[in-house]
Amino acid sequence: MPAPRTLLDKIWDDHLVCSPDGEQPLIYIDRHLVHEVTSAQAFEGLRVAGRRVRRPEATFATPDHNIPTTDRRLPIADPISKQQIDTLRSNCREFGVRLFDLGDADQGIVHVIGPELGITQPGMTIVCGDSHTATHGALGALAFGIGTSEVEHVLATQTLRQSKPKSFEVRVEGELHPGVTAKDLVLYLIGRLTTEGGTGYVIEYTGPCIRRLGMEERMTVCNMSIEAGARAGMIAPDQITFDYLRGRDLVPKDFDRAVAQWAILPSDAGARYDRSETFSGGDVVPQVTWGTNPAQVVGVDATVPDPASMNDPSDRSSASRALEYMGLESGTPIAAIPIDRVFIGSCTNSRIEDLRAAASVVRGHTVSSRVRAMVVPGSGRVKRQAEAEGLDQVFTAAGFEWREAGCSMCLGMNPDTLAPGERCASTSNRNFEGRQGKGGRTHLVSPAMAAAAAVAGHFTDIRQWRYL
Amino acid sequence: MQPFTTHTGNVAPLDRANVDTDQIIPKQFLKRIERTGFGQFLFFDWRFLPDGSADPAFELNQPIRQGASILLARRNFGCGSSREHAPWALDDYGFRAVIAPTFADIFFNNCFQNGMLPVKLDEADVDELFRRAAAAEAAGHPYRLTVDLRACEVRDDGGFTRSFAVDPFRRHCLLEGLDNIGLSLKHVDKIAVWEDAHGLAPLQGGEIG
Ligand code: SF4
Repeated sequence: MPAPRTLLDKIWDDHLVCSPDGEQPLIYIDRHLVHEVTSAQAFEGLRVAGRRVRRPEATFATPDHNIPTTDRRLPIADPISKQQIDTLRSNCREFGVRLFDLGDADQGIVHVIGPELGITQPGMTIVCGDSHTATHGALGALAFGIGTSEVEHVLATQTLRQSKPKSFEVRVEGELHPGVTAKDLVLYLIGRLTTEGGTGYVIEYTGPCIRRLGMEERMTVCNMSIEAGARAGMIAPDQITFDYLRGRDLVPKDFDRAVAQWAILPSDAGARYDRSETFSGGDVVPQVTWGTNPAQVVGVDATVPDPASMNDPSDRSSASRALEYMGLESGTPIAAIPIDRVFIGSCTNSRIEDLRAAASVVRGHTVSSRVRAMVVPGSGRVKRQAEAEGLDQVFTAAGFEWREAGCSMCLGMNPDTLAPGERCASTSNRNFEGRQGKGGRTHLVSPAMAAAAAVAGHFTDIRQWRYL
Repeated sequence: MQPFTTHTGNVAPLDRANVDTDQIIPKQFLKRIERTGFGQFLFFDWRFLPDGSADPAFELNQPIRQGASILLARRNFGCGSSREHAPWALDDYGFRAVIAPTFADIFFNNCFQNGMLPVKLDEADVDELFRRAAAAEAAGHPYRLTVDLRACEVRDDGGFTRSFAVDPFRRHCLLEGLDNIGLSLKHVDKIAVWEDAHGLAPLQGGEIG
């Protein structure tokens, strides 16, 4: 009997190209996703060295980070941004890489379009010059972010130098209460694992609570693994995964045969993880971050914590700095914090189910007069689907702006930013200082919580929300 | 790639945990398509006041820390985004090594790709370095350290010596300043064998090595 293996072991073993003496192993990369911000220098490196892209057909590109989300027919106003998009375009042409360009119906945030188009499949190794590549692990792939030098390495060799990461089973028992979402779950987990609890590990999320999550909810969970320090998060593929993928554009032609191969990927009974921790889904309440890293998070029914109550001196000083930056007093009830802006979008929460959840909260209500709110769909497809369902009407009738697909105010590289001091309820993944604009104050929440905050003008417990 | 062997330089202490790559190089500077010239934007939002002048309160703006080439930091340095612009900016500003108790994985990797050495020391040793730096600066001179990759050791001239662990392959690449891609392409036959075994068509135009 061969030793029982984890999902990670199986994918790793299958992708190990060689492990030469005295060198880090080389692993094969099945899919390489490329965007405008971290690729120009890599393509330039290839050009200088006279190298080509080894497997252009395994490489897919789209502009997302640095693009306007307003009318796509207008030219890009910022000349440096325009040059970056133009450079991606010319690099894709020169090296034969498929590009879902601005104006293409399938353009979108790279981590939204990968699964949506069936580029992402179980058992694959997937990389992208972006730390939220972990998203794709939701389909049972080993997917992680890399730097630009590694992007160049993958382009040239279709492999990556990589030592095998350690495995970390994060098991979630039970189920989530109504109103509590995958976003709340992952924020809760990060709060307990800390921002570096997953460093050096690949997290595999297991347990009944995870199995109950739909495909898009699983993406939300895996997406934020990096916020706990883990380069990758993964969930074993099951019927939910296969049903999600069936019929998508780029899945294998012989789909049933592929399913048969994917079905043997889940971790074997008795497989050993380097570390395991168990949580209970029933303990999770809707979460709101109060600080400047995603682990600085509490339930919506709690108050802003007091740094003096923290044991670790470095936690204490981080918390004091964070409260000062965020303009918050300890002891303030979270639900009493007024907000100025709402952002519903990002690779964490901009898929159709996220927009449906937000729309169901907003329906029949009006955005508070003190709040400016926007919805940025994750992809052209999500946008069209939402429009077909009339969700755009629900949002615009309530006073939300309805935008074109892109990263937008998740990182504010484009004109969508917070002004200094503005406070935002955001469905994105990072509340770092200045992330959404210099001096901007970000609170991470679920789409439903963001929608409710837009209407109320302050955070509010979605479990008490009256739906029409 | 520039090799890293041994470096002696002044230390800039940055006493903050979880310094993320959004702070190291804010997003508005990621639009450039070059690898160089990012040093002027390093820690931009912390370094400069809204009117563009240097913020005198920021750690790196202390006169005694000008010209420092070793950054001393707290745990989880470099967390957040995968942007290699972070080590590019640190390097361009003049840093050759970063010492911290822990680093985020992607940042840690990215340093090695750029001839910059991230050194992990125990939290207690990092505390000691912060103390020594504070004492030296209080006495009116910068604190100097030597980071020696050959001996895998950090030392000052006041009796502090600690060895650090580093992956042997990465150490070798850094000492020699090797081109990682060139090195991997030596295994191109193995890559082709893997592709063949997994049903991928051979490359058109043949192998490149
Ligand atoms: S949506 Fe935000 S986190 Fe996701 S890829 Fe874009 S910038 Fe990165």
